[in-house]
Amino acid sequence: MAAEALVETQDLYFSRGRRAVLTGVDLRIPRGAIVSVMGASGGGKTTLLNLIAGSLTPSRGRVMVAGQEPTRLNKNALYQLRSRMGMLFQHSALFTDLSVFENVAFPLRRHFSLPDGILRKLVLMKLEAVGLRGAAGFLPAELSGGMARRVALARAVVMDPMLILYDEPFTGLDPISIGIIATLIKRLNDALGATSVIVSHDVHETFSIADYGYILAGGRIIAEGTPQALHDSPSELARQFLSGNPDGPVPFHYPAPCAYDRALEMDTVAGEER
Amino acid sequence: MAAFDFIPNLGNRILAMVPRLGTASRFLVLGLAAIFSRHFSFRQLLRQVYGLGVLSLALMIVAAFFTGMVLGFQGYYALVRFGATSALGTLVALSLLRELGPVLTALLFAGRAGSALTAEIGSMKATEQLSAMDMMAVNPLAWVVAPRLWAGIIAVPILCVIFDLVGVWGGYLIAVPVLGVDGGTFWAQMQSNVTFTGDIMNGLFKALCFGLLVTWIAAWQGYAAQPTAEGVGSATTRSVVTASLAVLGLDFILTALLFK
Repeated sequence: MAAEALVETQDLYFSRGRRAVLTGVDLRIPRGAIVSVMGASGGGKTTLLNLIAGSLTPSRGRVMVAGQEPTRLNKNALYQLRSRMGMLFQHSALFTDLSVFENVAFPLRRHFSLPDGILRKLVLMKLEAVGLRGAAGFLPAELSGGMARRVALARAVVMDPMLILYDEPFTGLDPISIGIIATLIKRLNDALGATSVIVSHDVHETFSIADYGYILAGGRIIAEGTPQALHDSPSELARQFLSGNPDGPVPFHYPAPCAYDRALEMDTVAGEER
Repeated sequence: MAAFDFIPNLGNRILAMVPRLGTASRFLVLGLAAIFSRHFSFRQLLRQVYGLGVLSLALMIVAAFFTGMVLGFQGYYALVRFGATSALGTLVALSLLRELGPVLTALLFAGRAGSALTAEIGSMKATEQLSAMDMMAVNPLAWVVAPRLWAGIIAVPILCVIFDLVGVWGGYLIAVPVLGVDGGTFWAQMQSNVTFTGDIMNGLFKALCFGLLVTWIAAWQGYAAQPTAEGVGSATTRSVVTASLAVLGLDFILTALLFK
């Protein structure tokens, strides 16, 4: 983790209404690395990605991406920064009215005036990289979940970004598709010399490709390190998450009043009714 | 004391509405101004004019035809008592040009195109397509919203002109061949009593305002929808109800202001 940081958050806080989602998150993502941010569902992982992308503004603290603070940039500067970022969404977010080819070509068409021949080559090259050159003419509705995710991945990397953000890239996929996506993330990160941030709760697949990982719980980082170091973490919460134990620091039972309190409450209500 | 809660509740509702109206107004201004953005596409605009306007044509023509025919019957019923059936052409034309044409066009547009627009933008939001666009440094207001807003502003006045023409033709078909009103009188009275600026432009101005209003409400409801299936469904219903009531309310205001 000695390399220069591409993304850094310092004392990051974020709240939705009165609910605190992130409470003092410090993380550092070095250039060229694949870094995973893991944690239970609803733990603020996607919020963290949105803060990095500049889609949300922190309540306190700051996010730095390539030396810039996304939330302090005006719209044009933010778009300049985002044109060097790619993002894979949890549900692929393909444009349903465009073909696979046009989906991948979309960012290129919007940002550059490329001759048709060059644009075609660039798009087919990216589709070839994800193994879907033959599906270029399909509509998103004709694709399986795994294929849609691969098209979305091709679209996320078509501008050769410096930073790729993955929001739950393995969710809802079959084991073969999960393996393909994991391999592609690793291969594309190395080939493009990019930096990847993977937000996920799929421990096994994420650890198979991540260089470094953070575990997020209760709005804070509770453990960090290489996959092996995380497995050996002294944090009980981290160990419960990684081993998938149903009970532990995160209790199996949702908090409820104890039987005595409930009986007392019922007696009070009955007394009032009398 | 529950009755006394009514006043603070009403006050709270109105206060909550003010920031929403402000956000929606900002959305409208930015959406319209996005025509100057480099991400605005005239090809998209043409596609939307086709989708919102041309595909609404059949509905408008059928509705206009029946409205004109009903006006022919009802107008004749009222005028024949005073021996004034020669004014039937004027009555049909003025009813359509000044009032029924713009209002019915806008109401039908809200039901057919406005609901589809809300559902489309809402679904794009629910499936993260708008977020994906924003992440690709493409402004969704310029690519998705602006072409739809401008398409509504362009399409509704044109649909209104077609509505008026077909309606007048429907009225003629009832008045002259069915009820025996003299054809020459029907057209001559219409020609001498309908003014271009006072009646035709007045109606078109209304249609332009309604087009902007309906498309704004429809686009905003989709853009602000909860990103769930239920959220998109209720936004679509809200879009049609709000747009229809807003058209009727604005029609009253415009009629009062433009009344001569």
